[in-house]
Amino acid sequence: MPLTTDARIDLLERMLLVRRFEERAGQQYGLGKINGFCHLYIGQEAVAVGCLTALDKDDVALSGYREHGHALARGTPARKVMAELFGKATGTSKGKGGSMHIFDVEHGFLGGYGIVGGQVPLALGYAFASKYRATAKPEGKGSPLPVAMVFLGDAAANQGVFYECLNMAALWKLPLVLVVENNGYGMGTAVARASAQTDFHRRGEGLGVSGVAVDGMDAVLVRECAEAAIASARAGTPTIVEARTYRYRGHSMADPATYRTKEELEDYRKRDPILSLKDKLEQEGAYTDEAFKRLEARVKAEVDDAVKFADDSPLPDNGELVTDIYAQPIGRQPVVPTEQT
Amino acid sequence: MPLIAYREAVSAAMREEMERDDRVFLLGEEVALYNGAFKASAGLYERFGERRVIDAPISEAGFAGLGIGAAMAGLRPIIEFMTFNFAVLALDQVINNAAKIHQMSGGQLRCPIVFRGPTGSAQQLASQHSQSLEAQYAHIPGLKVVMPATPRDAKGLLKAAIRDDDPVIVMENETLYGLKGEVEDGELVIPIGQADVKRAGADVTIVTWGKMIFPCLDAATLLAKDGIDAEVIDLRTVRPIDEKAILDSVAKTHRAVVVEEAWPLAGVGGSVTSLISTEGFDDLDAPVQRLNGIDAPMSYAKNLESLALPTAARIAAAARRACYRES
Repeated sequence: MPLTTDARIDLLERMLLVRRFEERAGQQYGLGKINGFCHLYIGQEAVAVGCLTALDKDDVALSGYREHGHALARGTPARKVMAELFGKATGTSKGKGGSMHIFDVEHGFLGGYGIVGGQVPLALGYAFASKYRATAKPEGKGSPLPVAMVFLGDAAANQGVFYECLNMAALWKLPLVLVVENNGYGMGTAVARASAQTDFHRRGEGLGVSGVAVDGMDAVLVRECAEAAIASARAGTPTIVEARTYRYRGHSMADPATYRTKEELEDYRKRDPILSLKDKLEQEGAYTDEAFKRLEARVKAEVDDAVKFADDSPLPDNGELVTDIYAQPIGRQPVVPTEQT
Repeated sequence: MPLIAYREAVSAAMREEMERDDRVFLLGEEVALYNGAFKASAGLYERFGERRVIDAPISEAGFAGLGIGAAMAGLRPIIEFMTFNFAVLALDQVINNAAKIHQMSGGQLRCPIVFRGPTGSAQQLASQHSQSLEAQYAHIPGLKVVMPATPRDAKGLLKAAIRDDDPVIVMENETLYGLKGEVEDGELVIPIGQADVKRAGADVTIVTWGKMIFPCLDAATLLAKDGIDAEVIDLRTVRPIDEKAILDSVAKTHRAVVVEEAWPLAGVGGSVTSLISTEGFDDLDAPVQRLNGIDAPMSYAKNLESLALPTAARIAAAARRACYRES
């Protein structure tokens, strides 16, 4: 069933929020409000938004370290994400996680992982738990399963553990969707320089894991593709979705991206996921430039509010340095120095 | 009390916990149809079936991570490593995910998981199958590490580990699976983090853990013939360490020997020695003695292997040195 106009406008709105949020995060990084590693998602918005809006409430999603957009697309309030980037007590992880470790259990977004590919087995574990619970009673066998969706980059698909997970997912028929965001580069290395097989959706063929490639610059196509993959996973057939996309910025804030040409970037910008969907809706008469301006104003207000909230929020208490390590404190408690020098 | 083997104590702990809680499952290489490489899961597949006792492919990182994800989702996995030498392949998942998830999610997620299997040297298994790697885990905040040496401790600590809300590394021992000992039927939970005085004594404290308990107890017998009354403390848990038990004993004996199977540099024994030498400084009448496995990869040849590890005679000699009684 083709997406309704409202659903497509929803995609547009969510993508714009991610875009403007990330632009502002980059700006705040420049101002020294955000530190550490910070990997922006600008250019790839259609992938997170297209995939995550296709999930149900009971499904879960996990990602790598370029995950601000996934959290926002899943419904995490922009304020809490920005406050986490600022290292504030009101952030998603109370300021302990930062850019690479956004978690929001309430919205089914389960992180935020900094070791390339390390999140894939965790998603497999959620898929395992989903089936384990469903099969607790005989009548649960064959019922539709809550799905785990995991996002990884093209480079993560070269990690050995990715194949271990494909094997187990196929072997045990687990409800897992693997979204490979192929943005053309693993850090500064073009995919063809690191991968003997650059069709990442085919990486599961030998194990019987089917895959599909989709234009990751088109949110509607991504969404339709994700819906099919999710339906298949719910029935116990894990699937790879390879979304071919592009990041406009460097790998991280420290990367000027000199390993690629301006022309390449411009070619992708011409296919910008936000502007192309806006244009299409306008051509159909379903949307107007005025409506987009109103949306821009609304998104700007939301991002302004997020920055203000983050700015105004307190730092974590010093004592937080040694909390949340164990469920209950055990053994010698680390002593936090009383003075900051 | 019934006399049962260590491996039976391990399987009894798993069976009892699986009976009381459907969230508990066992997954690992050869745990189901084969009953475990060391038969520690004997009868569990028959009792609980393929939903809860699951043979995994040889993919340590993958299935360790699967367990962590399932724990985050609210289940209580027991992940068996055929040996902890193979668990090195899964260290990324254990260190970067299991130990961090509670903290980096700001307390939103928990990771109630058990990783268990045998550790240490056995009989002529050579370098890659004979390692005592507990220090790698004990180093990591967010993990708990237990090393039961007797059937009773094996059952009680494993049950505690399965009920624990944090990731617990349970390091059993290949050479101890056949050891018999008295173990209570049914409910037996030994708190994590509590040492046990395996032999009370007044003259010198021997601190150890894992299978080194046995040469230490033999050493105490040798020492008794010389009129030295040794106290043998089994840490049982190496993260966290029961500091009070160690310091209380040293306050009584004023002398200490730290014995470990693992290599000397950057190990648990170094931390125990540091604790005694600093916080127990005023109680000490002699420098703390340390004994370790020799600082070399394990060799296969029988004579070489037997030279590599602390023996009762060498432990007794170290204790005599601590008592200034070495001739």
